[in-house]
Amino acid sequence: MKHWPLYEVFIRSKHGLSHKHVGSVHATDAKMAIDNARDLYTRRSEGVSIWVIPSSEITASIPGDKEALFDPAEDKVYRHPSFYKLPAEVDQM
Amino acid sequence: MYAQMVDTGVKKIKTLEEMTQEEQAFQKKIDDEIKIEPKDWMPEKYRQTLIRQISQHAHSEVVGMLPEGNWVTRAPTLKRKLQLMAKIQDEAGHGLYLYSACETLGVSRDDLVEDLHSGKAKYSSIFNYPTLNWADMGAVGWLVDGAAIVNQVVLQRTSYGPYSRSMIRICKEESFHQRQGYEILLTMMREGNDAQKQMVQDAIDRLWWPSLMMFGPRDDDSPNSQQSLAWKIKRQSNDELRQRFIDQTIPQLEVLGCTVPDPDLKWNEETGHYDFGEIQWQEFYQVLKGNGPCNRDRIRTRKKAIDDGAWVREAALAHAEKHRDSNAA
Amino acid sequence: MTINMDTQSNSQSEALYDYLLRLGDSPLILGQRLCEWCGHAPALEEEIAIMNIGLDLIGQCRNWLELAAKTADNGQDADKLAFTRDAHQYRNLLIVEQPNGNFADTMARQYFYDAWHLFTLEALCNSNNRDIAEIAAKAVKEVRYHLRRSREWIIRLGDGTELSQQRMQQAIDDIWMYTGEMFEMDDIEKTLVQEGCAADQQQIKQRWLDEVAETLATATINHPDPDAYMQQGGKQGVHTEGLGFILAEMQFLQRAYPNATW
Repeated sequence: MKHWPLYEVFIRSKHGLSHKHVGSVHATDAKMAIDNARDLYTRRSEGVSIWVIPSSEITASIPGDKEALFDPAEDKVYRHPSFYKLPAEVDQM
Repeated sequence: MYAQMVDTGVKKIKTLEEMTQEEQAFQKKIDDEIKIEPKDWMPEKYRQTLIRQISQHAHSEVVGMLPEGNWVTRAPTLKRKLQLMAKIQDEAGHGLYLYSACETLGVSRDDLVEDLHSGKAKYSSIFNYPTLNWADMGAVGWLVDGAAIVNQVVLQRTSYGPYSRSMIRICKEESFHQRQGYEILLTMMREGNDAQKQMVQDAIDRLWWPSLMMFGPRDDDSPNSQQSLAWKIKRQSNDELRQRFIDQTIPQLEVLGCTVPDPDLKWNEETGHYDFGEIQWQEFYQVLKGNGPCNRDRIRTRKKAIDDGAWVREAALAHAEKHRDSNAA
Repeated sequence: MTINMDTQSNSQSEALYDYLLRLGDSPLILGQRLCEWCGHAPALEEEIAIMNIGLDLIGQCRNWLELAAKTADNGQDADKLAFTRDAHQYRNLLIVEQPNGNFADTMARQYFYDAWHLFTLEALCNSNNRDIAEIAAKAVKEVRYHLRRSREWIIRLGDGTELSQQRMQQAIDDIWMYTGEMFEMDDIEKTLVQEGCAADQQQIKQRWLDEVAETLATATINHPDPDAYMQQGGKQGVHTEGLGFILAEMQFLQRAYPNATW
């Protein structure tokens, strides 16, 4: 027998926050996935919004590409505000 | 502990020199407390050990619903019924979290469940004991969940990311389980009649030793522990965890005004721990082998539920496939 | 004159008490039936969903029975009402005490009840009895979700495989004769409707029929004969044989150890 497909579940815990990955559920379609995710991941009122997406639709970066993808950002400190020195008179920006 | 005697398939732990470069890099990550994530390279035996341990843990949650289901229809008050239902719902949920973590290792839940039903996969020995009176619901919450929590708190730091994250979630949710159990017993001891007090003592007498067995064999008889500890799948040894459980449980037992069926149990001033008697290992291994009072029943019940439900799952799938396009919108 | 007024207010509060038992007993018995599924559901996801719905129902029952006890003011509480009344004192609908059967039977029972339950609670949100309106307002959100779930299962199983359609059709046909009772109003309900505190089932019936007709059509299930003979009696305490066994199990501890604290 064919298995129920897997869906990844993302929950927005509060208004104003992003959806965050919490795990997966099995369901036959997206509608059922939402219901199952609601029952499984928001039993203690953990969420105000749910996204589900078939796990097979997720494209992930490959761990082997980690250096190429993420290391170059490490020496680009000028992307961070603390890189820029401000005179003491301008204490907030 | 919900996972007992998880086989690592490793006869002798490799020294750093014996490892390949990949293995060395992997072990270094483990040693540096960097979590292993699903797509990272990992030794095949690490992967297999995780599958065995996490699925055993998941199966335990699911089979663990049965002894509670045995009393949920007979809970003595509406409040107790609601609490027990919430707890059972959590067990099913925790089973799902764990299956979900296990699936990141490239196995399907249905295959794991099939292994459970065929007897290939194990679950915690504790759920092969019957729940005979209402106080068992208290004792299961207090002792069985208590023992599981001792183990799971440590497992929050386990080396595999998805397993660790589900443990964190489970620990957060399970904190009420043990209290719920203890409160059942305390109410019966403090406000109950003689018959109720006898129920409590009877439940503790029957479940005490099986609870201690949950932590698995003694360290000297636990050939797989070393590798699991080196991989940080396990974080503490069976005996350490068992001792911690006993040390924290006995004072709670005294508050209840009950005893445990162990004449050798006494506080050891020198070690700062409780000494306790020898566990009936013969019984432990027999229960693991399938000869406990409920083994056959538990598995048959689970298998029947999933087999009888096949037409439902098939129908839902058939319906979704017919309406694939309209559902996609 | 004074005596007359007293008699009238007495019978009014008795009617209210009876009505509150009707509201509380149905979710209790259905919740109890759902508990029987524990460990036997067709998928783990359904295990959680069924327990979730049961939990909502038992919680609602507790609110209604507490209010009933308060109304009667005769030293009862929700637990005494739940665990020490015999079958003839129970006021639940016959539909909820029907056995679980297979998953289609359980879902057919659930769906017919959920739809009625939702519309009844929506009406009760406007009750002039503030306690009733308050409990209904809380329950209505839970039941909206129950209906959404059970409706989906009617459609999935109806419009699923050949086998599931057959089983769903059978389930709908079997349970149909217990649906009519939901809309039968006796003097108790009629009086309370006139007073503005109970739900008028005459108005709910059409909504329910529309809802059911639409779902069954989507599910490719043949609509049972709307004029079929209907069973009734649950609301007056005349039940099917199943209820006695439900109570024997549910009430065991309270009966074996009377007046104990748990």
